[in-house]
Amino acid sequence: MKFTRDTLKSHRSGLHAAQAGTTVLVGMGTCGIAAGAKAAFQTLEKAIADKKLKNVVLKKTGCLGLCFSEPTVEVKNANGSSTVYGNVDAALAERIAVEHLAGGKPLTENVYEQPAADIFNQSASPLKQTRIVLRNCAVINPEIIDEYIARDGYAALEKALFDMTPDDVVKEITDSGLRGRGGAGFPTGRKWQFTKNTPADQKYIVCNADEGDPGAYMDRSVLEGDPHSVLEAMAIAGYTVGASKGFIYIRAEYPLAIERLNTAIAQAKQCGLLGEKILGTEFSFDIELRLGAGAFVCGEETALLTSIEGNRGMPVPRPPFPAVKGLWGKPTVINNVETYAAIPIVLLKGSKWFSRIGTETSKGTKVFAVTGKIKNSGLIEVPMGTTLREIIYNICGGIASGRQFKAAQTGGPSGGCITPEFLDTPIDYESLQAIGSMMGSGGMIIMDEDDCMIDVTKFYLEFTVDESCGKCAPCRIGGRTCYNILDRISKGKGQLDDLQKLKDIGHAMRKASLCGLGQTAPNPFMSTMKYFEEEYRAHIVDKKCAAGKCKEMLTYSIDAEKCVGCTACARRCPVSCIAGEVKKLHVIDQSKCIKCGQCFTACKFDAVKKG
Amino acid sequence: MSENKLTAELISFINEWKNKQGNLIMVLHKVQEHFGYIPREIAFEVADLLDVPVAKIYGVVTFYHLFKLTKPGRNQISVCMGTACYLKGGEDIILDLERQLGVGLNAVTPDGEFSMEAVRCIGCCGLAPVMTVNGEVFGSVKTAQLKTILAKFRGK
Repeated sequence: MKFTRDTLKSHRSGLHAAQAGTTVLVGMGTCGIAAGAKAAFQTLEKAIADKKLKNVVLKKTGCLGLCFSEPTVEVKNANGSSTVYGNVDAALAERIAVEHLAGGKPLTENVYEQPAADIFNQSASPLKQTRIVLRNCAVINPEIIDEYIARDGYAALEKALFDMTPDDVVKEITDSGLRGRGGAGFPTGRKWQFTKNTPADQKYIVCNADEGDPGAYMDRSVLEGDPHSVLEAMAIAGYTVGASKGFIYIRAEYPLAIERLNTAIAQAKQCGLLGEKILGTEFSFDIELRLGAGAFVCGEETALLTSIEGNRGMPVPRPPFPAVKGLWGKPTVINNVETYAAIPIVLLKGSKWFSRIGTETSKGTKVFAVTGKIKNSGLIEVPMGTTLREIIYNICGGIASGRQFKAAQTGGPSGGCITPEFLDTPIDYESLQAIGSMMGSGGMIIMDEDDCMIDVTKFYLEFTVDESCGKCAPCRIGGRTCYNILDRISKGKGQLDDLQKLKDIGHAMRKASLCGLGQTAPNPFMSTMKYFEEEYRAHIVDKKCAAGKCKEMLTYSIDAEKCVGCTACARRCPVSCIAGEVKKLHVIDQSKCIKCGQCFTACKFDAVKKG
Repeated sequence: MSENKLTAELISFINEWKNKQGNLIMVLHKVQEHFGYIPREIAFEVADLLDVPVAKIYGVVTFYHLFKLTKPGRNQISVCMGTACYLKGGEDIILDLERQLGVGLNAVTPDGEFSMEAVRCIGCCGLAPVMTVNGEVFGSVKTAQLKTILAKFRGK
């Protein structure tokens, strides 16, 4: 049925009245499924049916953010309390069904703290995390539109269409201080204003879901856990700037997100929330998906638009900006998934509410994907201005295996590193830029003393060189040259003047590259050279890699004192370069050794030495 | 004559998209979904149907990482080389698979059973290192498990 304003309202209150008793939520994003959530879900499904449990609703949902303990299952009891279980395999799922659901006694093991407060639940106690963008992920089933509607879904669109003029919407978004979450931090309200003020017969709304930064999966979680929030925000943008068509440009590497978006679009059209005459008004808006095909540069807005047009995704010079001349030459609003996901809440709760969260210049919350050498890797949403120390030690449990924290890389291949001395810097757009890193899209890679900064920098540069579209010389040639220099350094063939060369080329790339990819490609080495110059010198002068990552500088040897001749190393060696008889000293043939480190991990007597 | 022919389903898909702007990449996705790659003769047929030069199709196919010009193995292995997976030993998985399969990246085993590629971040960083076989995701992979994973798909 197609909703009007009144039927949508009454439908929503009907959904509220039909609240169930106990709800069991199984996190089934891509990562949850990969960790085995399907087995947990099927076990729970069967047990609930077998035991004829009444008033228990089993739901699949998006990501709770506790990636380190997937699959996760949350049991929301009828009295409002809830228990979060982690690492739920089939056996544990069976126990949850028997002891908790049927027996009413929550288990005591595998229980985790509720990660974030629910912003719709006024009485909830404040927690470290505030979920605005992820408000519905892990709460609703993303494949059922009613669940979204029950959580005030499409209420913001209704408010905009009936109670606000386009100017009101622009003012509300501008006053909220919301800035682009793709990384650049451009004020969203101003972007919409420009597009609104450019006269044209046709305008477009585009969602950038080409989340290419390695180590970032915020957008994937939003699209898999709450696709309607993005659709609703795009419709609001369409109404505001006067566009009737929207495109979501999404990576083909996210099949589940694509599937759930397609489902959501079809359902929204059925309900008259997308398509012709939305909610019975004169406003029509339609959304289509366009798939990327594995090109990082297509996350850059002009390249993305070129790719939607069906061409090689090459950037074009700006200005003109897309707001004036975008898709097929028409004015286009282009925002990132996370930016859109925040829009409905800004309209519903008001700009005052939103702008109270965050810092002076950066308002609201930011979602980070914290990965790498961190104990509890996961997806977190924190108010802007939260410090790195808070994130690493209070939310994510510190560094795995008790090693020393060395650096956090934010902003992926375009960003820089944050070192221990800046652990207490409040994270917002400006302060990160001031220390030579950037907000980026929200990937945060934690590195410890076993990580070599030259190796990581080389990894990032290899990525940008490979992903450079080749259109402009500074990026195409500069990137390759810098990569070759870093490669030399990592192989112990570097020279001291290499550091100056890197700085010079990096400076030229920043100034002269055509798009953001080339302009930011030097950031990883500029920032590591600034904070880890000693490490570069050790590689160049002493030919030593303290972290033991640069294989060319490593030699493995066997300590005659400690070797007991157990043969474990020889059996594990893939190239059979370790000779020795049982209970006799073993020796590594250095000419054959490929430095894979298998012998090092195999030896239980600490006899294999790295150095 | 080659064995690759546009199926009725593909032709109707192309006709459905023919008049939409920016259709080429969507059509190529559909073609690759069916054949596993973009066969040369099919590219010529698509060029005729969409009325674009073959050179443009070649340009687009070679620009994007996902499009392939050669036939992959029956089982496609993708090893994630995103930052988190790299830090946690994604490269070791590639090296170990190379030894077990006898072929390196972007090549097909002589029996046509497997092909392997390194891919960009697939967004399961919490489970690093990650690999996929025919789209099925395996998380926290250790080199010791690779034999079992390969056996699961071999000959199927």
